[in-house]
Amino acid sequence: MIAMPPKGSPDDPWSEMMKAGMAGDERTYRRLLEDISRFVRAMARSAFNRARMGDAEVEDAVQETLLAIHLKRHTWDMGQKLGPWVSAIARHKIIDAMRRRGGRRIEPIEAFQDFIAAPAEEDPHALSDAKKLLITLPPRQRDIVQSISLDGQSIAATAARLSMTEVAVRVALHRALKALAAAWRRSIS
Amino acid sequence: MKTNELIAALAADPAPRPVHMERRFGFALMIGLAGSLALYALFVRPRPDIAAAVGTARFDLKFLDAASLTLPSLLLLLRLERPEAKPGALALFLFAPLALLAAAVAVELVVTPSSEWVTRLVGHNMRYCMTMIPMLAAPILLALIAAMRDGAPQHPGWTGALAGAAAAGIAALLYATHCPDDSPLFVAAWYPLAALICAGAGALLGRRFLAW
Repeated sequence: MIAMPPKGSPDDPWSEMMKAGMAGDERTYRRLLEDISRFVRAMARSAFNRARMGDAEVEDAVQETLLAIHLKRHTWDMGQKLGPWVSAIARHKIIDAMRRRGGRRIEPIEAFQDFIAAPAEEDPHALSDAKKLLITLPPRQRDIVQSISLDGQSIAATAARLSMTEVAVRVALHRALKALAAAWRRSIS
Repeated sequence: MKTNELIAALAADPAPRPVHMERRFGFALMIGLAGSLALYALFVRPRPDIAAAVGTARFDLKFLDAASLTLPSLLLLLRLERPEAKPGALALFLFAPLALLAAAVAVELVVTPSSEWVTRLVGHNMRYCMTMIPMLAAPILLALIAAMRDGAPQHPGWTGALAGAAAAGIAALLYATHCPDDSPLFVAAWYPLAALICAGAGALLGRRFLAW
């Protein structure tokens, strides 16, 4: 059994949102990622609690999952539902995060009936590995990621500030995200 | 970096062009096969008496064996590159080549005198078999791994091993046209060993290149 996303609407809103995002609708894509982050956070928290591992790495698992979904979304089969695909990626990343913690008994993550009820907001005090990994990026890439994520700047504003073209900023941003995912992967092995 | 900050960065990244994984997989298979055929034409070639061999049970059985490995492993591979996939009943078909070989060996032991067994088992060129099958499999294995890099298999090592087995199956189909040894005793002893070499190489490549 793969854990399913909350069944709010019968017509599978996540798949529709992802399709919109793939067609270039940035705001819908952002809303989808926020939805997914709440879902994965609840799933991770439940898994970590069951393994009695504490919540320290929950947010890492959430962020890794989001990054993997983002970098793999072009391979998602639009004829299939997005929910099972997201759940499978989340499960994979949560198990990775548990391994990194050196958890000895990793129970299979499945059959969650109640994790949707778990608190789904980010712990504001949680320290994320992403910050440490960000430092490993080349300065220009790090600058761009920070400008867009931490400072909430647009691509255009970032391009103007760094006197780069918007295309170059987008390319650098994409490279930075891929590098971030790779750095995470290395930190496992 | 907080999660909503990461989301801001992800949302700013432009949408990619969707990829049809099945099509990419088929394309890779063609490229790999072209590479293998080139190697075959250069280094292997059909055996001189192939016209006489076609239609004899032992010769034809080699192709049936190889095909029974190739087909289920390719289909399973195509499925497993998706994260939510489960092997399902398809995985059971991976036992088909082994069952087929076991049955063929049993028949061969009955119909040939025991004095012949060792000669048939050792054959003419098992060392050639052990190098040529992995060599012919290499282009296919590399192409399949490259095609699956964007996928998200749950078990990168096992998936890579399966790619190796599929490539070995196709390589065995080609190599069987060259190999002068048709006895199931020879085939059962050496072909699976060659396939294991390919699967091992695939597992290493999978762990290195298919992890995500």
